[in-house]
Amino acid sequence: MNTTLFLIQCLNGLQLGVLLFLVAAGLTLVFGVMDFINLAHGVQYMLGAYLAVTFTALTGNLFLALPLALLAAMILGLVLEVVVFRHLYDRDHLEQVLATFGIIMFLNQGVKIVWGAAPLSVPVPEIMQGSIALGQGVLYPVYRLAIIGSGLAVALALHLVINHTRVGMLIRAGSTNAPMVSALGVDIRRLFMIVFGFGAMLAGFAGIMIAPILSVEPGMGDQILILAFVVIVIGGIGSIRGAFIAAILIGLVDTLGRSFTVDILRSFGMGPSNARAVGPAISSMLIYVLMAAVLFFRPSGLFPAKGR
Amino acid sequence: MTRSSRLIPLILFTALAAIPLLGLFIRDGYVLSLISRVMILAIAAIALDLILGFGALVSFGHAAFIGIGAYAMGIPASHGYDGFLTGLLAALAASALFALVTGALSLRTKGVYFIMITLAFGQMAFYTAASLRAYGGDDGLTVASRSLVMGGKLMKDDRVFYYVVLICLIGVYWLCRAIVASRFGRVLQGAKQNPQRMQAIGFNPYPYQLAAYVISGMIAGLSGFLLANLTEFVSPAYMSWQRSGELIVMVVMGGIGSLHGAIIGAAAFLLLEEWLSGFTEHWKVIFGPMLVLIVLFMKGGILGFIKRLTGDRNG
Repeated sequence: MNTTLFLIQCLNGLQLGVLLFLVAAGLTLVFGVMDFINLAHGVQYMLGAYLAVTFTALTGNLFLALPLALLAAMILGLVLEVVVFRHLYDRDHLEQVLATFGIIMFLNQGVKIVWGAAPLSVPVPEIMQGSIALGQGVLYPVYRLAIIGSGLAVALALHLVINHTRVGMLIRAGSTNAPMVSALGVDIRRLFMIVFGFGAMLAGFAGIMIAPILSVEPGMGDQILILAFVVIVIGGIGSIRGAFIAAILIGLVDTLGRSFTVDILRSFGMGPSNARAVGPAISSMLIYVLMAAVLFFRPSGLFPAKGR
Repeated sequence: MTRSSRLIPLILFTALAAIPLLGLFIRDGYVLSLISRVMILAIAAIALDLILGFGALVSFGHAAFIGIGAYAMGIPASHGYDGFLTGLLAALAASALFALVTGALSLRTKGVYFIMITLAFGQMAFYTAASLRAYGGDDGLTVASRSLVMGGKLMKDDRVFYYVVLICLIGVYWLCRAIVASRFGRVLQGAKQNPQRMQAIGFNPYPYQLAAYVISGMIAGLSGFLLANLTEFVSPAYMSWQRSGELIVMVVMGGIGSLHGAIIGAAAFLLLEEWLSGFTEHWKVIFGPMLVLIVLFMKGGILGFIKRLTGDRNG
């Protein structure tokens, strides 16, 4: 196992972690404040990526497309909230799961009708093409560094908003005891809408940022949704801090596991062909084993939100 | 047991038993295999209804058991162990083991955590199966033939296989009825309604819920074994999370917590899928919003609707 590869895979893991955080943050906030389990959150990520494709084609530049796509992602999220989700807040979790599952079916198929079933791609912005040298012989693509940077910036901004603003205070109060916040004269419906639109925008942002390095295709949100679930289960539902730490953890464990399990197995004396057969199976199980281990010791996650 | 909850299953099973006889006149393999598929998924839906409807345990990873049952038939068969009993026992044992391990962990949590954890374990099974390169990986594994009964290709005949599936369905239904009516089943339902009170009167719900989870997983494993026999093909796609979601849809669509509702739901879902996909490949665009409407406006699923029609209020 060489250091260069290890460093690069750590950065890749960090990049996955940052993306997971962007998706998981919205999911955990929506669940924390509204007690609403939204399976369709992964679809918001997919829509973000598709919107990036369309607006980049229109404006010719990802930077111009970004604000437009963010706005559109938020509007789509709010439309869903008003038309469907709003009527589900006081239903039980099973019904929420089913209805949002229906939304996923609809939107996954819907994007096939609008954009076609073939994978699409977005060019990396010109000034971010190429790689940058990080020390001796370690080259890393500029765009991936930009993803990591912007993700960390969003995480910091989110931290400041949640802990140091009035809206943040209401969100924290809402996740502890929503009926009480409502009784104190806060328009809880409006707070819900803000949180929801915001969460949809964050997931959309993740989708927009990833569009240039992944292929944009129907169903791309499903996989990240499940990883985001693992993240918020480990982090503790409703906790932004927990989501951040768990997201980085999962990103690193998953990426490093996939790159090095075969090598590690071989260093324990397993034959190369056996290691290549067993390695992928083990590495794809790693994060779930991690989740099981965390839950065994802390059944409500590492940082359970207070009052729950 | 009210009149309708005895009558409806009787009508269902009689109708299912009669379908191949109609086939004598139309001779259409397509109908037989479609209805076999309905019955196989109905078995899995009943398994889910046992813990979902009677224990309020929303498992979002039940398709994993179908897949495990299917692989437990397919993998030994690819090594030449293709007997019916071998496959069946392997499927039951493998799914029981997986249910025991994941159930023991998942049941430590409650509510929405449980939903997400079962989902995550389901995905774990999915990715593990997809990475089994020796057994087809992503592409799946073609099984040479249906399981042999005493070395003979008895089940090759679609009509024989159909009745094997029907017998399994009736057996599973009867077993789950008995479980629900037993003392064990009452504890399970009590823990659903009020876990604190159950503990106060001296029952710890955990072992009961775990036992129910394992039974349910084994039944779903049986359905996977039958599914692999029907299609003579095993694939990771059997345990994708959409499949788990569809199982929940079947249970709720038919009428949760009634067991025969699961059969009706499986039939309604698969026949609707078949019918809608006849119009357009984009049938999910129609089905998705339909599901939302069912959740919002159709309390009690199809059975609830029948009850309102017939004015049977207490069943």
